[in-house]
Amino acid sequence: MPEPATDRLAAPVDAVVAPVAATRPAAAVDAEPIETSPTRKLGVVGWFSILWLGGITLAAILAPWLPLPDPDRSYLEIVRIGPIQPGHFLGGDGQGRDMLSRIIWGARASLGISVAAVAIGFLVGGLFGLVAGYFRGAVDAVLTTIFNVLLSIPALVLALALVAVFASTGEDASNGRKTTVLIAALAIVTVPLIGRIARASTMAWSEREFVKAAEVLGAGHVRIMLREVLPNVLPAMVSIALLGIAIAIVAEGSLALLGVGLTEVPTWGNLIAFGRTDLARAPHIVGLSSVAIFLTVLALNYLGDVVRARFDVREGGL
Amino acid sequence: MALVRELGKRFLSLVLVLFLVTLFTSLLLSMVPGDPVDTLVPLAESEQADAIKAQVREDLDLDESLPVRYANWVSDFIMGDENGEHFGEYYRVSGSDPVSERLGDALPISLQLMVYAQVIALVVAIPLGVLTAYRAGSFFDKTSNTVAFGLLAVPNFVLGLALAYYVGVVLNWLPPSGYVPFSDDGMEHIRRMILPAGTLAAAQVAVYMRLLRSDMVATLQEDFIQMARSKGISDQRVLWRHALRPSSLTLLTVAGLNVGTLIGGAVVIEVIFSIPGMGMAISQAIFERQYVALQSFVAVLAILYVVVNFAVDVLYSIVDPRIRHARARN
Repeated sequence: MPEPATDRLAAPVDAVVAPVAATRPAAAVDAEPIETSPTRKLGVVGWFSILWLGGITLAAILAPWLPLPDPDRSYLEIVRIGPIQPGHFLGGDGQGRDMLSRIIWGARASLGISVAAVAIGFLVGGLFGLVAGYFRGAVDAVLTTIFNVLLSIPALVLALALVAVFASTGEDASNGRKTTVLIAALAIVTVPLIGRIARASTMAWSEREFVKAAEVLGAGHVRIMLREVLPNVLPAMVSIALLGIAIAIVAEGSLALLGVGLTEVPTWGNLIAFGRTDLARAPHIVGLSSVAIFLTVLALNYLGDVVRARFDVREGGL
Repeated sequence: MALVRELGKRFLSLVLVLFLVTLFTSLLLSMVPGDPVDTLVPLAESEQADAIKAQVREDLDLDESLPVRYANWVSDFIMGDENGEHFGEYYRVSGSDPVSERLGDALPISLQLMVYAQVIALVVAIPLGVLTAYRAGSFFDKTSNTVAFGLLAVPNFVLGLALAYYVGVVLNWLPPSGYVPFSDDGMEHIRRMILPAGTLAAAQVAVYMRLLRSDMVATLQEDFIQMARSKGISDQRVLWRHALRPSSLTLLTVAGLNVGTLIGGAVVIEVIFSIPGMGMAISQAIFERQYVALQSFVAVLAILYVVVNFAVDVLYSIVDPRIRHARARN
């Protein structure tokens, strides 16, 4: 049977030589990058992203020292009152607690949990992926199977099951314990995501000449992995890790809506989950928390794309 | 023959994954810190309570060895649970329904929601993807891309709550929550499913559109498209008949793999719009600490996901002659 023209990588070369588009200006085809992600330049959106992430991170870290009202204290005059009140810039929630303060303290919990989870996923997944991609063979088969099993349970359902089972046994489930379990559950979800990217990228890079050269020069496996391969694999991992933090923030919100997760301290997720009952009367509670999540996720997605575009990392296996 | 062997290999890995997934879910109960029976039967200490707890312990095989427990769980899970051990009396979700009945009610509703969302997403995304690829670089293309990128950053629960508020409460066009079976009132069923299905579809539209666009742009540069055009075939026909099919393979795969995202999304969306599907069942089971029920619900969703992925994979290799031939050569 005749084989159709398959090699898509080779095709654009012909296309450039003989532009096809009869109905469109040829230049439009040539100039059109196939990938639709943003350009390599940071641009206005990029700077805005960095500014927002930096600002919210700083506020989250410095929350105890900022001149904010106590996030747990109720002020009767701002119960379900919208933004721009004297002394309470973003108004109050259903119990009259200061929204600005709760959003900043919420960032502390949400960002803290997400960053911690992705950091663990980054280290564990990165290590596994590097080892699997470098040694291949049986090691690769075992690790890939583990990744696939983890990926074969819908991520949210997996995290939900883990948190529900480990963290909600009666009243003794303390805040600290819940936080630990949440971080662990989200980390488990992140490991295969980062692991697969690291593996695919390692496989591509360890075929390169400079790696072979290092081998010939007698460098050990560990040295080659850390000094030759890792620096090249890192951008792909960072790009996915940024998306991973965004995914973790959304996951925390979803879990809060499903009734697992932290309840004693404000998080972006439980601000929305609790504010939901006041949606018709005081939409700003859900609205403002949603805006905080949206801007953060948007910024992380954008920067993740910029990193990927800049280092021209292809999403192997995704 | 090679295709059969390839499928056999895939089937084996499916069995392995199913085994590990069910093993994990069947052990969820033992992961409950402390004595799971105390959590399942929250009774004050008395002789009667001790008797019930002993019975539960025996029913759930908690004193048995691991392989026996797994085997019993799986056989009850597959064959149905006549004695009501794993899915029966003590472990009912919200009083009256045994788990299997609850599952029978909830799963079709969730599947409905996912199918609606998937159909909406594809119906909206395919024309958008084709058009943006055809008019690549135009204002329409750039706007669609920016909107899609923004849409990807909106968590589904945020979009769901926003729609419930604006369309449901402020504009009062559609009911903001609740579920009506199609057999009861078809029109009302559709009215109530528009918002949840649309919410679930929104993020998928962005993903599918961007995917199809980038594949289409590549396909439109290929020789056979030039050939078709030079024969004088209209742009419409070239786009829809010649370019769409070879460009839609990635879309098909991702649409299949996205079932996982859909399942996770549906779980949350159901809670927001009060639809009595799997998401409601799960959140209720968590709220009532019905871990035996939770186990079964999680297992069902995971199995659904694994099987759909397998089906997509098989379909993919049947639909795409290139993959079939490449595999045949090896």
